Amino acid sequence: MTTDGDIADHPEPYDVVVVGGGNAALCAAIAARRAGASVIVLEAASKFYRGGNTRHTRNMRCAHDAATATLSGPYTEDEFWDDLLRVTEGQTNEQLARMMIRQSKEMLDWIVEQGVRFQPSLGGTLSLGRTNSFFLGGGRAMLNALYLTAERLGVDVRYEAEVVGLEIDDDRFRAAIVREADGRTRIRGKALVAAAGGFESNIEKLVEGWGEIARNFLIRGTPNNRGTVLDLLLGAGVDSIGDPTQCHAVAIDARAPKYDGGIITRLDCVVFGIVVNKHAKRFYDEGEDVWPKRYAIWGRLVAAQPDQIAYIIFDAKSANLFMPSLYPAIQADSIAALAGKLDLDPEALSATVAEFNAAVRDGSFNPDILDDCHTENLTPPKSHWARRIETGPYSAYPVRPGITFTYLGVRVDHEARMMMKAGGPAENMYAAGEIMAGNVLGRGYAAGIGMTIGSVFGRIAGQGAARHAAQ
Amino acid sequence: MQRSEALTEADRLMTICNSCRYCEGLCAVFPAMEMRRAFSSGDLNYLANLCHSCGACYVDCQFSPPHEFDVRVPAVLARVRHESYADYAWPRALAPMFKRNGLAIALTAVLSIAVFILGFVAFNDPAALLESRHGPGSFYALMPHNMMALVFGAAFLWAMIAFIKGISAFWTDIGEPQGTLTQPRSFLRAVRDAGSLRYLDGGGVGCYNEDEKPDDNRRFYHHLTFYGFLLCFASTSVATLYHYVLHREAPYPLWDLPVVLGTLGGLGIVIGPLGLYAAKRKREPAMMDDGSRGMDVAFLAMLVLTGVTGLGLLMFRETRAMGPLLALHLGAVFALFITMPYGKFVHGLYRFLALVRYARERHTAAV
Repeated sequence: MTTDGDIADHPEPYDVVVVGGGNAALCAAIAARRAGASVIVLEAASKFYRGGNTRHTRNMRCAHDAATATLSGPYTEDEFWDDLLRVTEGQTNEQLARMMIRQSKEMLDWIVEQGVRFQPSLGGTLSLGRTNSFFLGGGRAMLNALYLTAERLGVDVRYEAEVVGLEIDDDRFRAAIVREADGRTRIRGKALVAAAGGFESNIEKLVEGWGEIARNFLIRGTPNNRGTVLDLLLGAGVDSIGDPTQCHAVAIDARAPKYDGGIITRLDCVVFGIVVNKHAKRFYDEGEDVWPKRYAIWGRLVAAQPDQIAYIIFDAKSANLFMPSLYPAIQADSIAALAGKLDLDPEALSATVAEFNAAVRDGSFNPDILDDCHTENLTPPKSHWARRIETGPYSAYPVRPGITFTYLGVRVDHEARMMMKAGGPAENMYAAGEIMAGNVLGRGYAAGIGMTIGSVFGRIAGQGAARHAAQ
Repeated sequence: MQRSEALTEADRLMTICNSCRYCEGLCAVFPAMEMRRAFSSGDLNYLANLCHSCGACYVDCQFSPPHEFDVRVPAVLARVRHESYADYAWPRALAPMFKRNGLAIALTAVLSIAVFILGFVAFNDPAALLESRHGPGSFYALMPHNMMALVFGAAFLWAMIAFIKGISAFWTDIGEPQGTLTQPRSFLRAVRDAGSLRYLDGGGVGCYNEDEKPDDNRRFYHHLTFYGFLLCFASTSVATLYHYVLHREAPYPLWDLPVVLGTLGGLGIVIGPLGLYAAKRKREPAMMDDGSRGMDVAFLAMLVLTGVTGLGLLMFRETRAMGPLLALHLGAVFALFITMPYGKFVHGLYRFLALVRYARERHTAAV
């Protein structure tokens, strides 16, 4: 317990203290408030940056039995479960996952009742129009709606209020210590909802799991997901779940800022070219499967390369086949000149491209299906969409691993209550969102599922916390 | 052609937005943007004029300031729009009117009113200006109807020629074939979209002004302004028909059509612009282009001046104030007419045309 003398006490205890300010936190806060509890939301970020990685999201994956105005067809609970099982390769808690999927059906209506608006999926959305509900205006629009609703209902929200301590007796939450510009405050609560995200923006913690190479990683979202609250909870005896050395990473433009580059730094052109490392050597089958099924492995692949950098190389034939991105491609009229601009060995790159071109077997190119354009006698092969790189100007994008989220979290039960290492659920501590996502998403990822975890468990946690506070 | 700073910035923003596309459901700008990968100056001018400045994309954007990507679509497109008005202005010599538009319009208005007052004094016995008159023809005692028709007809004709030249310049710049303008489908779609201000609705919940709460009522005040303007125009047209076809001279009784239309329209162009001005004063500065402020306010002020003097004339037309009020009103209307091609009024033309093109593009993409 903190005994520091310079901590001011907030006069009144709240029924529910919500730590975090994203989708999960707001769903919890709204649900708790609607159940009659007094609620405070403690958000570490400023008002503009509120909401953590929810700001960068765009859709949520909810089961539904029929097409709707914004969803092109049914997506049954079983199909959702099959998809989850496939992407996690079984690393999921079936009871929790099936409950989440069942409740995701109601979320479509519930989230709209909180002021969030959906739109039909339009362009550039990886063919998710049937399974995923898109937020009109994106994740920040969704957050704006949730915050307006929360404030209208009377939820207190504090920005730039970082939780730096938790007072926990055995399995019972007492108070949160909040650091703000004007000092530290102890805020007591009858129940806690921890929805403060993962630790992907804490480079030192990433280094613990990945080694020094993690210093070359870019963080796609908020710089605030430093894992402070997760550490406090695990240190207080809450049981953990998920592999601490794993995170979800994709290959993003190496020129992106260290944090918060968001969606616009992603590159969808791997399947149309070749990818080489700093020695100008290929290292993986770029055309193994359709991009929506493969984009999530490339962060890890690039992380394993020297200096954690790689270059996507393609020619003029492919220049317009993929979604545009923030930074222009680096271009040159010859492969050797391109290598010069990339600081690669021109001879090595020319040799790699020549070897690749010689191995290409002509087929009928079709970017929408697993076509028959492939290489023969090449290691590694390119199984689909293999076309000779021979039409100038030649283009390249440098890429680095971009971390989306981490898997390590707190273990919860079906009421979103944290489980203690000593056994049994915590008395009054609940968790929702990325901080507990590892319970259902032990590895892998399916578009929009992070928001489903946040909304469904957020609502459960908020209702549970309010119920507990009322006892 | 050398690109202006605003166009260069708009190009940067559209490249960012085209990589994100989260806003594609909000309005017409983003779907139109998605039909392109690179943006010519004409493309950017088209997108800028398509933007209604509802603000939704600003409050929804994860990259708006203080984010380092500094995405401010409404403000930057407003600046591009403003510059485009000057580019399309006819004659070219008057393009600088857009530079310090507030001042230019104010000077024109003062000058115009002064000329009417002096004209009334010069062509009449000075005492006649302050005489109270009654019944049909009382206005024309101060300025003969034919003279009035000649002066205002000429101003109107001038404005029309300038509009047509501007329209043609815009259409050429954005690279749309002439044929689109005569497609009834696209044209009618644009009439509906413009008439309802379909895209001044924040994607369905109302526009954003001060903050992220969609509580803006600019659409309502714009409707008052626009339909008020149309009613005033209708009033003048009906009165002209009365004069030449029915040989009935103004002023008309209060219950008569020109007066009813003019009164309603006058209220519209007074209340509407005041509402728009109040909204503008509260608007988040990062959503606005500072350089457009003078132009925006000048046009609102001209409408209010026209409306207030018109309503004043109606109220006091049988008193000794009629003469000065008539000079004031005619001066205001004359200034409004001759400055219309060189001020905020043109936004309506180019936005409507952009909507026509957008309707055509949507249709082409759908078939």
